[in-house]
Amino acid sequence: MTHSAAKRRKEPAPGMVEKRGLGLWFTHAIMIFGVLIVFFPIWLAFVASTITQPEIVSPPMPLWPGDQFFTNYKKALFSGVNVPVATMLFNSLVMAIGIAFGKIVISLLSAFAIVYFKFPGKMIFFWLIFLTLMLPVEVRIVPTYQVVAGFGMLNSYGGLILPLIASATATFLFRQFFMTVPDELAEAARVDGARPMRFFWDILFPMSRTNIAALFVILFIYGWNQYLWPLLITTDPEMNTIVMGIKQMFPSGDDVADWPVIMATSILAMIPPVIVVVSMQKLFIRGLVDSEK
Amino acid sequence: MEKRVTFKGWLLPLCLIAPQVIVSAIFFFYPAAQAVWQSLFIPDPFGLSMQWVGLGNFEYLLSDPYYRASFLTTGIFSILVTLVSMIPALFLAVVADRLIKGAGAYRTMLIWPYAVAPAIAGVLWLFMFNTRVGVVSWYLGNLGYDWNHVLNGNEAMGLVVVSSSWGRISYNFLFFFAALQSVPKSVIEAAAIDGARFWKRFWTIVLPLLSPTTFFLLVVNIVYAFFETFGVIHTITAGGPQQSTTILVYKVFSDGFVGQDLGSSAAQSVILLVVVGALTIFQFKFVERRVHY
Amino acid sequence: MATVELNNVKKRFGLVEVIHGVSTKIVDGEFIVIVGPSGCGKSTLLRMVAGLESVSEGEIGIDGKTVNDLEPMDRDIAMVFQNYALYPHMSVRENMGYGLKIAKTPKDEILQKVDAAAKLLQLEDYLERRPRDLSGGQRQRVAMGRAIVREPSVFLFDEPLSNLDAKLRVQMRLEIRDLQARLGITTLYVTHDQVEAMTMADRMIVMNAGRAEQIGTPLEVYETPQTLFAAQFIGSPSMNVFETTVADKTLSVGEAIIPANTKAQGPVTAGVRPEHIIADENGPLSITVQMGEPLGANTLLHGRLGGTSDAFTISLPGVHHAVAGEVIRFSINSKHLHFFDIKTGRRI
Repeated sequence: MTHSAAKRRKEPAPGMVEKRGLGLWFTHAIMIFGVLIVFFPIWLAFVASTITQPEIVSPPMPLWPGDQFFTNYKKALFSGVNVPVATMLFNSLVMAIGIAFGKIVISLLSAFAIVYFKFPGKMIFFWLIFLTLMLPVEVRIVPTYQVVAGFGMLNSYGGLILPLIASATATFLFRQFFMTVPDELAEAARVDGARPMRFFWDILFPMSRTNIAALFVILFIYGWNQYLWPLLITTDPEMNTIVMGIKQMFPSGDDVADWPVIMATSILAMIPPVIVVVSMQKLFIRGLVDSEK
Repeated sequence: MEKRVTFKGWLLPLCLIAPQVIVSAIFFFYPAAQAVWQSLFIPDPFGLSMQWVGLGNFEYLLSDPYYRASFLTTGIFSILVTLVSMIPALFLAVVADRLIKGAGAYRTMLIWPYAVAPAIAGVLWLFMFNTRVGVVSWYLGNLGYDWNHVLNGNEAMGLVVVSSSWGRISYNFLFFFAALQSVPKSVIEAAAIDGARFWKRFWTIVLPLLSPTTFFLLVVNIVYAFFETFGVIHTITAGGPQQSTTILVYKVFSDGFVGQDLGSSAAQSVILLVVVGALTIFQFKFVERRVHY
Repeated sequence: MATVELNNVKKRFGLVEVIHGVSTKIVDGEFIVIVGPSGCGKSTLLRMVAGLESVSEGEIGIDGKTVNDLEPMDRDIAMVFQNYALYPHMSVRENMGYGLKIAKTPKDEILQKVDAAAKLLQLEDYLERRPRDLSGGQRQRVAMGRAIVREPSVFLFDEPLSNLDAKLRVQMRLEIRDLQARLGITTLYVTHDQVEAMTMADRMIVMNAGRAEQIGTPLEVYETPQTLFAAQFIGSPSMNVFETTVADKTLSVGEAIIPANTKAQGPVTAGVRPEHIIADENGPLSITVQMGEPLGANTLLHGRLGGTSDAFTISLPGVHHAVAGEVIRFSINSKHLHFFDIKTGRRI
């Protein structure tokens, strides 16, 4: 709905006459204050990741970074608590990319079939896919776990990825986009001699590039931030993803947590998605607005 | 809304749609059916056989005070998360919309928390409020307030609400900001000419124009609070103290995987399924209507 | 180069028949315009020739070969769409060469053909641009270029000019006609604009409600319209018609009785074109003017036919300052009177 309109209106609107002098500074002050509050937890985590354990366990901890940055991050990345964080980062990367890539591929194909063909059972398939919109993995964890265990896919990338790629949101997004592609393009391609798959590759796919990129950003975040599912099916620490692995770093019982390493891991866990979101902000917002429409 | 169907054949489209249908069948429909089926049985204490109990699991659940309490907890939790994540977001968006320059920079900063996984957000907030090392809890202690979310259910609830809302503020901010940017400038100017001051304009013009976005976000945030906050709760409170933060999704997990009560867990899944279904239909009805605007 | 034959071609969507059997034979190199109001089935007919719609009944032949079941690409046709249907992500060169690329034409041959077509259409400077960077007229040319490079036997145009502004439309009309004459490719051209039909067609098919009302050269249709519909659709301003009776080769119009050289008898629909009336102070007929439209070269006067309540328009040469209520007398040469069956609308 909104991003095109927002683009159209370059100059900001309301405020007008009031927006002068003091009022403007006040507005900035509010925004800076808001950003500081929202940012504070991340800042604190960063500070904690650069100081020593004793500095943390004798509160209050400092609010300015210390000199242990390299020590803590090196320890986290290469030894971690149960398993090196580098391993978990790699697992998360595989899972996030696998989910994003898998979802995009199967939804592109199924949306193409639904929009550009008439075939027996089309409406049934359409509604079956539609129904999957209603079933987040959290709701059916136990039986899904049993299925994955039955396939022997515990502690495997397949087990991490496959159950999460079949949601219908991406299919609907592509369907919506394909509907806006003029019919004449497909007809022109037909007259030009393109068979369906040729049309898909030469025309539809390149035309969907922006949508695919936007969706990739959203799905990457979605995959990276998964928690419950990897928690269930990766019992082997070697297969832990970073987001779920952090919880495993907390000791059971009364032992004191290794806060600097845990906080360094938290920072490491948020860096990839933050980079993706901030660097592809435009695409990300577009993907967000489109996929939730 | 049908496309002029332009390609012939039925084998190709069936092949195209097959991956999605197969993945959905294996990881969605089969587990969902299993959930329904298992909800009608209770396993014997040794897990060797299942005993048919019909709707017994449901009857038991609905009369189980813990389950009812979990329903109530979920309700309170989702309402609080929705409010705590939407009101600051709207406020910041309105303020940011008044800026001619710099709004984009603030937006970039405010996006960050969205990229942070709920589970990581849980760890960050847990760190701040940790009863032993937390900075915030230490300062609260200095002010004479003895913070202890490990023992105090209300404080635990407060903490999981704030941690869950934190990342959503970014999300809601993006939507509100985009919606505000697309409010036609002429409408605002007309109101200004009519003599409406900023807050008057906000209440009488801007807020009503934002109502589709607001309503949409309400639904989406409730869905989020229901199903996607597992990571926060698992990392911060693990449902405690005394089940005071055990929301429905968490209970499915703890009864199914920790308590190994498969029948009850399955019955809970089925109930959740109905809840999701209702929310999805509600959301879709709403989306459909929005299309006509 | 090819002939196109339509043999009782019908189209049904479900149970609804939208084209009720059209037959014609188009000779090699002919420029045929299919003209009619929107919804008359003209585009559907064209799309059936293209192979984009299936044929429910009848036969379509291209160059003596029945093509009913052939894919568009196997019919040796090229089509220009109303909204041009250019591939937005491809350059002009890629757009024009796409069909050849699919046909696995060698690269240097594609290059050569595209360059030749670009030269023909004065598109040389735009070959590396994307469609969105082109003006409407340029896009139109690219769409034609795409059709030309394939060297088809038949060109199909589906309202190609309707998205252009009036001035450009006139210019493109001439260009298309000129191009077709030079290439000598059999052409089917669909439009709702009767001016386009009149100026471009070798022969036109006037369609209405799924029927071919008349097939003939523009002048044939203009001078001897075979149906009431064709009479009113072709020609601007539209032909005046009124119901009346013919008795013994005379026609009564209100009070007046004028000679009518026709074999018709009894009640008929009579018609006369506004440009065929002759202003004549002693003329038997009159019009009470309600409104004038000065066009410069001539003036249209709208009003009521004297003695009746029928709306009537006349066209007078030059400028005529009309006043509402003015009565103008005129006469009609009986050879310019047309008569149609009052029930069937067929020419008598």
